[in-house]
Amino acid sequence: MNALRNYLDKIKPNFEEGGKYQALRSVFDGFETFLFVPNATSKTGTHIHDAIDSKRIMSLVVIALIPALLFGMYNVGYQHFTHTGAEGGFVEMFVYGFLAVLPKIIVSYVVGLGIEFVVAQWKKEEIQEGFLVSGMLIPMIVPIECPLWMLAVATAFSVIFAKEVFGGTGMNIFNPALITRAFLFFAYPVKMSGDAVWVAKDSIFGLGNTVDGLTAATPLGQAATNVPVDASLTDMVIGLIPGSIGETSVIAIAIGAIILLWTGVASWKTMLSVFVGGAVMAGIFNASGMDSAMAQMPWYEHLCVGGFCFGAVFMATDPVTSSRTENGKFVYGLLIGAMAIIIRVMNPGYPEGMMLAILLMNIFAPLIDYVVVQNNISRRAKRALSNQ
Amino acid sequence: MGNLFSAKNKEVFSTPISMNNPVTIQVLGICSALAVTSKLEPAIVMGLSVTIITAFANVVISLLRKTVPNRIRIIVQLVVVAALVTIVSELLKAFAYDVSVQLSVYVGLIITNCILMGRLEAFAMANGPWESCLDGIGNGLGYAKVLVITAFFRELLGSGTLFNVNILNYDTIKSLGYVNNGLMLMPPMALIIVACLIWYQRAKHKELQEK
Repeated sequence: MNALRNYLDKIKPNFEEGGKYQALRSVFDGFETFLFVPNATSKTGTHIHDAIDSKRIMSLVVIALIPALLFGMYNVGYQHFTHTGAEGGFVEMFVYGFLAVLPKIIVSYVVGLGIEFVVAQWKKEEIQEGFLVSGMLIPMIVPIECPLWMLAVATAFSVIFAKEVFGGTGMNIFNPALITRAFLFFAYPVKMSGDAVWVAKDSIFGLGNTVDGLTAATPLGQAATNVPVDASLTDMVIGLIPGSIGETSVIAIAIGAIILLWTGVASWKTMLSVFVGGAVMAGIFNASGMDSAMAQMPWYEHLCVGGFCFGAVFMATDPVTSSRTENGKFVYGLLIGAMAIIIRVMNPGYPEGMMLAILLMNIFAPLIDYVVVQNNISRRAKRALSNQ
Repeated sequence: MGNLFSAKNKEVFSTPISMNNPVTIQVLGICSALAVTSKLEPAIVMGLSVTIITAFANVVISLLRKTVPNRIRIIVQLVVVAALVTIVSELLKAFAYDVSVQLSVYVGLIITNCILMGRLEAFAMANGPWESCLDGIGNGLGYAKVLVITAFFRELLGSGTLFNVNILNYDTIKSLGYVNNGLMLMPPMALIIVACLIWYQRAKHKELQEK
């Protein structure tokens, strides 16, 4: 550690004003503060500092994402090997999945961080750390067959129009990773939905088979078209079903959720109320007697399939775009869960409602906060008056 | 009236096309700019229709401006615009039926276009007919310019065509994995393109930026 610190101190003058590489100042600063907590403090005003800064919080979220990512890689291989009938054990499946997913992660980070670096340099600001998490989330919420250039276009769109135009990290109204997915979903629906995109079709470095015209629908896709769902509940919980790369495994996501809750990065109130809202709304549809596979899907399956868990744990709890008041978090979460199930059941065009539900509630989060704060003010005002 | 093409008249004509554009600076006429720009052809027809109607309405109101009682001026303006819109709409149906079907209600809705009422109120009521005519054409062309730029990007990237002529939909391009962007055909993307035009213009001209 000390050697690294000394090395950074040695090369630092090159990057300061007037140094050899001053054009890369913000890049250097970004890496330095990523590796070491900066010891600079604010010079004016009174501040309360948390023990960890936002770069460390972002790193924790990335760590929490790793179980879901690793399982996603394995599942990509597993789905490919079972659907193409290729021979292979656990290692082959994982290596295949790793090689299939890695380019997506690289593209997402290179495009997103590239834009952030350029903007930071241009506005003479520090590089903001928000993309550390978004860059990891983006490859995890797209189908494996999503082409890389689409991912690059969508990432660029979302970093520029969902984040930088609002003022960068911490100022965005919408979750940038979800905007990426929404852009892909509406711009290239053929590559983002249906039954032809969820299983990798090509062999990579001799691993697996190349198969044309391979189709495999997700459980949600089957329910939306009233085809019997062929995945068992065990498969859904373990995650051995077709789906977006990181979203299938309930167990892997649960490990991430425990890390987020244990470190206090995510709010248990938001997370819990999303699940409660979804379960209650699914129960209402079960009891309503509506005659569609989606409405009759048991509530616990609704929570296990698609992006529900992933959205609830990693997307809804985003501290920037969710409600910030404690009571507001309950309302925000309940409405996300309920809205996700309503969109799934009532709109056959969008089998997955989680993305749209979270984006919709992102818009309402400030309103929820406003109402909670105003309620508190008027309650206290009333109490003050009645005590006189 | 003085010189027909005096410096002042040239300015009346040219500022709405660039520095005082009705769409990008005054943010008027956005509704139809989003609705008719998914293809170039209807966008151009719409732009020309608005140009013609604004120019004639400006001239007529400018001629009437001293005789119209102030209290009922809005009604008079509406009658003039409604008559012109009906004429243009009938002409389109007679000579460009396909385009008029694509434009559907938006030709009729030119009557509610904020640019028209804005120019009548702000310019024609206070200026002579020739200046008003130039102002109307200038504002109409300024509006048409934004429509055409927006429609160019939306049609090229959304449908892969320009004026319905195939540009990107060839097998060689498709085989590289290119897919047309469906979001471009939806109104939200038109809003983002118009926003980009505003962004570009304000970034280029420092005097347009608020402190």
